[in-house]
Amino acid sequence: MAETIALEVFRYRPEQEEEPTFQTYEVPLQKDWVVLDALNYIKDTLDGSLTFRWSCRMGVCGSCGMMVNGDPVLTCAAFLETYRPGPIRVEPLANFPVVRDLVIEMGGFISKLKRAKPWIIREEEKPLSEGEYVQSPEQLADFKQYSMCINCMLCYSACPVFGLEQDFSGPAVLALAQRYNLDSRDQGATERMNELSQDEGIWPCTLVGECSEVCPKQVDPAGAIQRYKLSSTQDWWKSLLMPWGAKSKVGDQG
Amino acid sequence: MADNPHYTKYHPKWYRHKVPIFWWVHKWTSIKFITREITSVFVAFYAVVLLFHVSAVAQGPEAYDSFLSCMKSPVSIGAHLLALLFASFHSYTWFSLAPKGLVVKMRGERVSGPVIAGAHYVAWLIVSIVVAWIVLSA
Amino acid sequence: MKKSNEPFWWALFAGGGMLSAFFLPVLILLTGLAMPLGWVEPPSYEAALSLLKHPLTRLFLLLLISLSMFHWAHRFRFTLYDGLQLKHLHTLIAVLCYGTAIAVSVVTVWVLWRV
Repeated sequence: MAETIALEVFRYRPEQEEEPTFQTYEVPLQKDWVVLDALNYIKDTLDGSLTFRWSCRMGVCGSCGMMVNGDPVLTCAAFLETYRPGPIRVEPLANFPVVRDLVIEMGGFISKLKRAKPWIIREEEKPLSEGEYVQSPEQLADFKQYSMCINCMLCYSACPVFGLEQDFSGPAVLALAQRYNLDSRDQGATERMNELSQDEGIWPCTLVGECSEVCPKQVDPAGAIQRYKLSSTQDWWKSLLMPWGAKSKVGDQG
Repeated sequence: MADNPHYTKYHPKWYRHKVPIFWWVHKWTSIKFITREITSVFVAFYAVVLLFHVSAVAQGPEAYDSFLSCMKSPVSIGAHLLALLFASFHSYTWFSLAPKGLVVKMRGERVSGPVIAGAHYVAWLIVSIVVAWIVLSA
Repeated sequence: MKKSNEPFWWALFAGGGMLSAFFLPVLILLTGLAMPLGWVEPPSYEAALSLLKHPLTRLFLLLLISLSMFHWAHRFRFTLYDGLQLKHLHTLIAVLCYGTAIAVSVVTVWVLWRV
């Protein structure tokens, strides 16, 4: 008799129940299986009604984030062996509304990404005839870490402030803003600062630090936010003490 | 075909879990976080005690002696022991987090986190020795 | 797009955090434990007074006490918001926290001035 492990899976079917329930399934405890494999086994052989998001199954798409035993993880990276003897509790990503079973509503997050103005902002575009923007490896290293975000939203599940304040821009959005602020080709730091140095921008963050702990891509959003607080504070004092020098580059068009 | 067909939009009823007030007692990392935040209370406590200390010196020798004997009471000793523990935890967490915001580059490469934290601890040691020397050799 | 004034309070919080992290443990150890328990001798009144009269000492103490209070005020404010979910009382909390810090700072200036 092959070894099995129990999965306690969060179920929510709004058309038939008011409150969520948990359903337990026994799945084979295969050495090389991850929680996502177990969920697909359930859907393929035990209960076709189970609903969840997944795609690449190799940790680059950011689709399969869920709470496993209370921690936000990518289910394609969470091996069943780690949770032996079980049972393994699988729930939808915390701090988001649940649409059905393990699927959360992420429209709010997607629309927040725009707050970071995630594109290169220039005072003046260089004409093509002048050639490309040259960037050294050192300049690339300045922002590369923050470009690795796969929008998996594990950091939002880990952030207690976001759990309490759904308007908070959050770790991924702020790391994304820094990815552009620190890009040598970008000149839009002031314009982004005006948007994000507001009360729903960087300031609700209290550096709990859990976002960086759970990030599967080592983006370190906590560090990005901390640096943003420093630069925002410097900017604030400069505009107070030297208002003449604060003529913003592109911010006036914001 | 009807003139103006419209569909009733189906909006699934989302389930929202309400965050409990004591969300921070359920996870060890949250407890450590709240403890870190509570250290600020002890920082304020000692700042006020220091103010009383200075005020006692300013008021004269009797006030100074009276203050010093107040400090010998078990309540004061206990409170200061607690304050020392929390203040040290504040220092420890503060130095551990300093590298997050302080990006220092040497020869084109970012100085690693532990080095920055280590520099803080060294400075802490030096500062403590200097302060102790000033106070004790007065 | 209302620009936040949080940077002002955060700067005070950060300064207070730095100063208290470096200076508080040794001072608490000396004045709160070592001297009362007799491990070391407290300074005589004359020594304490002359140390206190020095302008650098007074400046240092003003910064340490005042910024430590602002460090507490800012951090405690957010602890009440997130730890006890009291953000709906945000104006009252801000006034109480920063008001206390300002009051203690004013008293500190007054005491140090009259040394």
